[in-house]
Amino acid sequence: MSTDNQPKSVDDADPDAAFDPAELQALRERVDELEASLADNDTGDDQKKMTIVATQGSFDMAYPPLILGSTAAAFGWDVVVFHTFWGLDILHEEKSKNLKLSAVGNPNMPVPNAVAAIPGMDRMATRMMEKKIDENGTATIEELIDLSLESGVDLQACQMTIELMDYDENDFYDGVTTGVGAATALQHMAESDIQLLV
Amino acid sequence: MSSQYDTTETLDVKGQSCPMPIVKTKQAIDDLEAGDILEVVATDSGSISDIQGWADGTNGVELLDQVEDSDLYTHYVEKTE
Repeated sequence: MSTDNQPKSVDDADPDAAFDPAELQALRERVDELEASLADNDTGDDQKKMTIVATQGSFDMAYPPLILGSTAAAFGWDVVVFHTFWGLDILHEEKSKNLKLSAVGNPNMPVPNAVAAIPGMDRMATRMMEKKIDENGTATIEELIDLSLESGVDLQACQMTIELMDYDENDFYDGVTTGVGAATALQHMAESDIQLLV
Repeated sequence: MSSQYDTTETLDVKGQSCPMPIVKTKQAIDDLEAGDILEVVATDSGSISDIQGWADGTNGVELLDQVEDSDLYTHYVEKTE
């Protein structure tokens, strides 16, 4: 191996050309500056943020946002669930107790659509599901809402759809955030590590 | 139930399913002091994986052990800070 092309070692460097004190000082200042800005970014520690947008108000679709939201809060995450359109019914104190499972158009139902369309079938399908939920030791929707609020999940009710649905702000559970819109939701989404649309 | 750990408190979540074992564990841990050990007794078979995931992703807790005995899943969680 030829030694002709070996890179110059540090020891061989011309000592006079090594450091320009002014440049060194500038570099030191730059490092201090960068470290300070890094420290500023660290102040939010490593807390994760999650935003869920809940648009559905059927019995089965109420569960995923509530389960994920309350579990994320148990991880110590900052959680916002933005409820809009039918998703508002999950937070509606009266309606949340009467959410229904749709029997029609649900391919997981053990009955054909023609039978599922008979009046009262939704109620019956919902009762069956509620019974299974009880037997399985799964929490009720109301329990999950209480738990979510208790553990600091920010349950938000979209103001535009509150008005669209002719609901009143007092119709919702205590602790639900009202007076928020798409911009608030987007702001949280932009800051979040996880964004889900349910 | 006897265990090798000097448990401060026992949380009984038998008969409860996801997400209750996790959410209740978190609440129970919040009420403890650093160094305390919580014993969580569950029947939810998903709690083995869920408690692991929760403990891994949560600051200030350490999963010491998980014991599976027929249909009973017992977890030992230490509050570390």
